[in-house]
Amino acid sequence: MDVNEVLLPGVGLRYEFTNADGDHIGIVARREGNFEILRYGADDPDEAQPLFRLTIAEADTVAEILGAPRIAERFADLTKEVPGLSAGQVVVPASSEHAGKPLGTTRARTRTGASIVAIVRGDSVIASPAPEELLKFGDVLVVIGTHEGINGVRQIIEN
Amino acid sequence: MALLLELGVILVGLSVLGAAARRWSFSPVPLYLLAGLALGNGGIAPVPAAGDFVEVGASIGVVLLLLTLGLEFNTAELTHSLRRHIPSAVVDLVLNATPGAVAGWLLGLSWPGVLALAGATWISSSGIISRLLSDLRRLGNRETPAVLAILVMEDFAMAIYLPVLVVLASGGTWWQALIGVFIAIGSVTAAFTVSHRWGHHVNRWLAHPDDEQLMLRVLGSTLVVAALAELVSVSAAVGAFLVGLTLTGTTAERARAVLAPLRDLFAAAFFLAIGFAVSPADLLPVLPAALGLAAAGVLTKVTTGWYAARRDGIAPRGRLRAGTALIARGEFSIVIMSLAGASSPGLGPVVTAYVLILATIGPLLTRWSGDWLRPRVLRT
Repeated sequence: MDVNEVLLPGVGLRYEFTNADGDHIGIVARREGNFEILRYGADDPDEAQPLFRLTIAEADTVAEILGAPRIAERFADLTKEVPGLSAGQVVVPASSEHAGKPLGTTRARTRTGASIVAIVRGDSVIASPAPEELLKFGDVLVVIGTHEGINGVRQIIEN
Repeated sequence: MALLLELGVILVGLSVLGAAARRWSFSPVPLYLLAGLALGNGGIAPVPAAGDFVEVGASIGVVLLLLTLGLEFNTAELTHSLRRHIPSAVVDLVLNATPGAVAGWLLGLSWPGVLALAGATWISSSGIISRLLSDLRRLGNRETPAVLAILVMEDFAMAIYLPVLVVLASGGTWWQALIGVFIAIGSVTAAFTVSHRWGHHVNRWLAHPDDEQLMLRVLGSTLVVAALAELVSVSAAVGAFLVGLTLTGTTAERARAVLAPLRDLFAAAFFLAIGFAVSPADLLPVLPAALGLAAAGVLTKVTTGWYAARRDGIAPRGRLRAGTALIARGEFSIVIMSLAGASSPGLGPVVTAYVLILATIGPLLTRWSGDWLRPRVLRT
């Protein structure tokens, strides 16, 4: 799917895409953090019909509803499209010195260049985990990077 | 006691006017100007005691208007706009400044007066227009980026235009004006370098986590810089603009939020003071000139918007919406007038009348233009 991104000076960004039904959908992301969702009409392709607005909190909730269950498959899809980039999973063993410590203390991205984009913990997925997120024994880390980078993260976590 | 009472009554009155303006989603600026006319010299209800406060408030108002303009600014957005819309900016300048310059010459203004009138007819009101686009829910429209790009470039051009104007208006020669331009360009470059390389230091000191501290620090340092700028005759307003440019990222965002109420109060004082300074009796003789200029200003801005939107591949209806959106002139035309006012006495009434007309009909035309050129069949 192609998403078109347009800069709105002084206001923020506008994203635009066409869905499978052929609707032209636009999303205006304001600098202040709120969103406007709109649809482009048939009679005038340049005029947007406002559908609804979302505050920051509402947008976060909607993003979670839409994003959480699909996060792992999406990353798998993404890596197919970029040569040299792959996704890997690293399990945090009980023996790991990082179990019980914040994700940030691994300094994984600084040391390997690979990013931990999600933590799968039991049935739940923590998407884009913050550096403060505590790692737990049994967590599965979803890592995106080169093969060497992913192996590097595995070594850091497993030692 | 007279001061508090007069000031209180004025503020309550302004709030009623402002609420009415917002209710019909047009700008309160012309109403504030009218209030100033009614209360000032030769008006219907003079307010002697509050006058001094309004005068002082007005000078802070200009500083805050330009500070927040600078805070809005973002280098990435400017370069993006420049890359795409330089021809639109040139069309904008040529088409819109010319009527002002010609009118100034016909009215027999001094050279700085001609330059000021050209500037006043050139610059659209980014404040009125961005608010209007948001109120009319047009931010998502495809012609909107072209409109916003023009506003960004106009605002940036002020950094060069204002110092030249100030130097010439204070009786400087062309070479002094040239030095003024160099000082201005130098300061803008310096401001960008500072914000780029040491911005985090400046920002760290200013960006106190406590909002009250942030407000005091930003406001305090802006006033100091503004005073220094005035000392080297670059004008306080330009100094404040530069401070705004230096602040970036979240600091700029937070500063905008904490300064917004202050700016609204002092900007209101500024518009009142402009109204005070112009006697209603002076407006009548210049009304034909102002009406003619306004008519020209409507046409030239519509052409500008039409041209810019067409560059973005927008259909005629969108081009018309872009053009009408740009019509409103407001706070910066008034700022230009106040900076040059002393040197050319005829300027004040013309610009005041001009802004009164265009700040009122601009938003109305924008709103109505949504239905123009709509195919008849689809009209409900």
